[in-house]
Order: sequence, then C-alpha cells, then structure tokens
Amino acid sequence: MTGGMPATGNPRTLFDKIWDQHVVMEREDGQTLLYVDRHLIHEGTMEPFATLARRGLSVRRTDRTFGMADHFVPTFAGRTADSVVDPEARAMLDSIEKTAVEQGITVYRLGDPRQGIVHVVGPEQGLTLPGLLMVCGDSHTATHGALGALAFGIGSTEVAHVLATQTLWQRRPKSMRISLDGVSGAGVTAKDLILAIIARIGAQGAVGHIIEYAGAAVRRLSSEGRMTLCNMSIEAGARAGMVAPDDTTFSYVAGRAHAPQGDAWERALRAWRDFHTDPDARFDREVHLDVADVGPMVTWGTSPDQAVSIDGRVPDPARAADSAQRASWNAALDYMGLEPGTPMDAIEVNHVFIGSCTNSRIEDLRLAAQVVAGRSARVPAWVVPGSGLIKRQAEAEGLHRIFRSAGFEWREPGCSMCVGMNGEILAPGMRCASTSNRNFVGRQGKGVRTHLMSPAMAAAAAINGRLADVRPMIPGR
Amino acid sequence: MERFVPIDAKAVPLRQADIDTDQIIPARFLQKPREAGLSDYLFRDLRFDDLGIARTDFILNRPEYAGARVLVAGRNFGCGSSRETAVWALKDYGFRVVIAPSFGDIFRNNSFANGLLPIVLAKDVVEDLQQTLELHPGAHLQVELERSEVVAPGGRILGFEIDAFRKQCLLQGLDELGLTLSLEPHIAAFERRTAQDRPWL
Repeated sequence: MTGGMPATGNPRTLFDKIWDQHVVMEREDGQTLLYVDRHLIHEGTMEPFATLARRGLSVRRTDRTFGMADHFVPTFAGRTADSVVDPEARAMLDSIEKTAVEQGITVYRLGDPRQGIVHVVGPEQGLTLPGLLMVCGDSHTATHGALGALAFGIGSTEVAHVLATQTLWQRRPKSMRISLDGVSGAGVTAKDLILAIIARIGAQGAVGHIIEYAGAAVRRLSSEGRMTLCNMSIEAGARAGMVAPDDTTFSYVAGRAHAPQGDAWERALRAWRDFHTDPDARFDREVHLDVADVGPMVTWGTSPDQAVSIDGRVPDPARAADSAQRASWNAALDYMGLEPGTPMDAIEVNHVFIGSCTNSRIEDLRLAAQVVAGRSARVPAWVVPGSGLIKRQAEAEGLHRIFRSAGFEWREPGCSMCVGMNGEILAPGMRCASTSNRNFVGRQGKGVRTHLMSPAMAAAAAINGRLADVRPMIPGR
Repeated sequence: MERFVPIDAKAVPLRQADIDTDQIIPARFLQKPREAGLSDYLFRDLRFDDLGIARTDFILNRPEYAGARVLVAGRNFGCGSSRETAVWALKDYGFRVVIAPSFGDIFRNNSFANGLLPIVLAKDVVEDLQQTLELHPGAHLQVELERSEVVAPGGRILGFEIDAFRKQCLLQGLDELGLTLSLEPHIAAFERRTAQDRPWL
C-alpha cells in the first residue's frame, strides 16, 4: 500500500483516509496535489476546453471523465439538442454534445436513457464508488459523498486543470461531524433533516469544513436519502459532505455499469470496509441533532437556513438576534411577500416543482406519488425525473400515470426549474413549492419566490394549492 | 495570469450578508461569452430595475463610488453556485480585491485563480471599514499584498492572513496549471501505484 496508510498511527476520519490515499505530493506550505479518480462534466465546460485548446493541451484521462448535458437542456417531451435555439446556450450545450465527444470522452447524450442530472447519473452508473475522489464543476457535487466518496464542486479554471492533469491543488480543510440520532417521525425525510441542519448551523455554518454525517438516523437512510443529505452540504457552506459506506451502500453499488465485478468486486469490498472514521478520531467541530425533534420543513426566506417546520409561522424580524439578522429577515420577507406571524400552511403557491439533483430519484418520486394518488393538483405542477433510467423505472411502476391523472406534467430529465438557465422559469411574483436546493433571490426566475421542501411536501402543496402538512395525507395514517 | 500589483483605489461597501453567486450574476447571463465582457451583468438585478434603469438606491450606482476597485462585503460573500462567471463579472467591472468576514469556499478558490484577491478580515473590522466608507464616499483603501496589509483611510494598517502558495501565485502571476504540468512524472508515478492498489478503477 502507498497513500492509504496513515502517516502516523493516529486515528483518522473517513475524510482523512480518502484524502491520504489521493495525495500525489504535498508542498511544505501545506498545498497538496490530489489525484482525481473520476471527473464529471456538463455544459459549463466550454471555457475549460477553450483553455486546453489555447495551451495546446488535451484531456489527460478521457477514461476518467464522463459528461452529460443537464443545466441548459429543456425538459419538455420530445426535446432534442436542436430544441436549444439560442445560439449562446447552444454553444454551451455543444461543449458536451460535440466537443467532449470529439475529445473521446464518454458522453450520455440527449436521447440516451442514461442522460440526466450529473449528480443523479454518477451514482446510478456506478461512476461514484466508496473511497473515490471526485470533482465536477458544480457546487452540488457533494451529493456523491453519500456513497463514501470525497466529492466536491470546483470552478471553471479548476475544471481545465483537472482535464489537463487529472489533479487539483487543495489545502486540507477542517472537519465537522454531524450526528443524527433518534427516530424521525412519519413524513420526515432526508430533505427535512438537511433543512433542519442548515437552519441550525446557518448558511455559512460549515464554511471551510468537510462534513461527515453519522449516527443511527443516517444509517437508517437509503443511499438515495443520503444523497439528498450530502447534496445540500454546500447550502451550509461545506464543500463536501460524506457518509461512511456500509451494507446499504454496497448493495446500492453492486451490479452498476461502472462498479467493479467478480474478483475485483470482492477486492474492492475489502478495501471499502476500511472507509469509516476510527473510534478515537477527532473532528474540529461536532454537531448533534435528535431527528425526533424535526418536522416536515419549509423555507420562508431567501437563504436555505431560513426554514421552519410546516406547523410554524413566518418569523418576526423584531425577534431577530441582532440588527444584521433583522435587516436580512426584513429583506427576505419583502422579497417573499410575506408578513411576520403568518402560519406557514396558510401560504398559497402558484406552481410546484418536483425534481433537481436534490430530489429527483426514484424514492423521491415514489414518496410524492404516494401523496398524489387519487387526488388532483390545484396548481400547475411538474415532475422532472433525475435521469432517463429513473423515468423508465417510474413508468414501469406506473408512477407517471398517478402524476398525470392528478394533473401533473411528467417531463424529461434535466436540472429544469432548479437553475433558471434553461428557459424553465416562472413569472415575477409567482410562488413555487420546490424540491430543489436554493431559495435564492431570482433563482427560479426574476422576482420568483421559492419555498424549499421535500417531494412529499411539494406533492401536498400541489394538492392543496398552498403549503401544507403532508403528515395527515400519508396513506395508512 | 497578470501579476497582482499594489492598489490604491476607491472602495465600496456592500453590507448585506450571504450575497450568493446568483445575485452576483443571475443564471440567465451564464451563457454570455466571456470575451464580450460580463460587467453589465454584475449584480444585475440589484443594480437595475425591470426596465433596465439603474437603481439609484444601490450603492454601486452612486457616482461617488464610480471606479471603485475594492469591494467591502458582508459575511459569506459568494456562497452558492460554483459559477466562475461571478468572479469574471467582478473583475470585468473593475474590482481587484474583495474584503469580507468570510467567503463561499468555491468562490474564494475561483477568485485566486483569476487574480481577484479575496481578503478575510474580522467581522467588526469589516463593519468599521464599511462605516468609514459610507461616511466618506469615495475614500481609498490601499492593498499591499507583499506585506499582507490593507491601509484604511486615515492610515490604520490592517494585516491579513493569506495562504503562502496563493500569495506567491498572485504576486508572480503564476497559474497553477503551468506548475502542475511540470510535475507530470509525479502524477504518472501515482497512477502506476494506484493501478496496483485499486485495480477496479
């Protein structure tokens, strides 16, 4: 073994073990050159390819690079690359559909059932594996940490650097462990847990840290639920979130297209079982949360940490902790068009979006469909599956019929209404119940008001035409 | 990358916390070609109303701050999306330095990669600076990277910490890619080792 062994006999965290295994070299000043096992790319790769061309460089490891278009693609039925008519947007799309293909990179092109949102497709294709170091030019790359990988988002210059060298300069970040204990109530999903965590530690609470999510409540989550949890680490300021791999992880990974097979699988499994935090390892910061205290969460403001339980009320800026927070709450309420003290479940919505790299996986669609079944949507509602394969799976289970007969639109895979860069936006002043990850000002269109929540809660909002507590609507209760 | 030279320039305060990269440059402009310049899109919806008319209440639009090259921002500046266009838009507008109590991690890395210097100062120091700049619109800050110092109006010297590697890259105008390419034998050796240790990749 080489980098995998500890430099000293000290107990190490999951993060330490993966980091140590990927060190190509470390400078005296602490800057470390890390090797990237797998690099995922999307339409934002025009500028990096231009950098390579300008410097006469080529992609160093086309076999470690995988691409797909997701951000700029429309999601209406029958869409193709030619549906993108704006020449500037088309140029972005062509960086994947043409340039990446010409470079010899594997690309899941539009129309290929494997195409989808990059953070959904990576795990689905077995590109994401325990112990890997992965990057992508997208801040939600933390998603892949759910399978025990170290995965983080990078900028465009860094994408060019990885394409050319398969490495990246980093300085070892601080570590934070968030332990989720207890048993969560019915109707409380991974999305509610991460919204509650962000509300607790703040949108900047984990800046400079890598989060490891641990505890019994994390162990009980499916791999999909862990992806939702890790996905929004960046909304707490952390570049990466991770969960130690276990049997849930291994059974998720087994048999996937790029996962090891046969003897290689057995060998990998032995190595992967070591990817956990040693009992005496220390974190720079520890946070504990009892999930029994978490209800279905919704955001009321314009930062992901501005969230309360659905049975709560819009907070009063008069009760803010300090003048800065008061100013920020006032600005948020002004943008959101909300009055302090309004019960959250009295807020009417104009649109519902179920999708995004946070919540577009099969489990998400099943939970939403369970709420929708036999009911009708009062407002326009979209379901955008995270990949073509998830769409197929959902159709095989008949979920699309449940959504359609309730008046939902059943669409093609892509980032859609989460990113506001593919034409799928709402009109100013509209209010959207959304399963995406950012309620920023203008995120779903100029002047659009976003409330973040789980797929089940978004389904409940669609049925009621307002934010609603999903708990009484869950079958069997 | 150009070398980072000492700056003596107007600074503009922007007090709001958690300014995300969607506010720095809204998503609808991300497809704009970089060569054409992105300064028109910087803080687009904060700077301009629905008709495209400059909002007089937004501080960057006040004539006293015209030509500012230093932005003194709130906590968690540049949080959110990894879009490097946020940094390009700030640079195209003329900014060379952003001072804040904290930054989004990816934004900070992107800043260094483009010669935009992100300086972290304590929250109360930043708020003091903001207040001074509000009371004396158009006042200058000096930024001296070699000494890791900001000189506030009135001559107060504020030291800041910066990663030695980043500092060297900025001062010499080095880019990381050139350096890394020279380390090719190390990368190749690493690949040979891991091919044995982790043959499933």
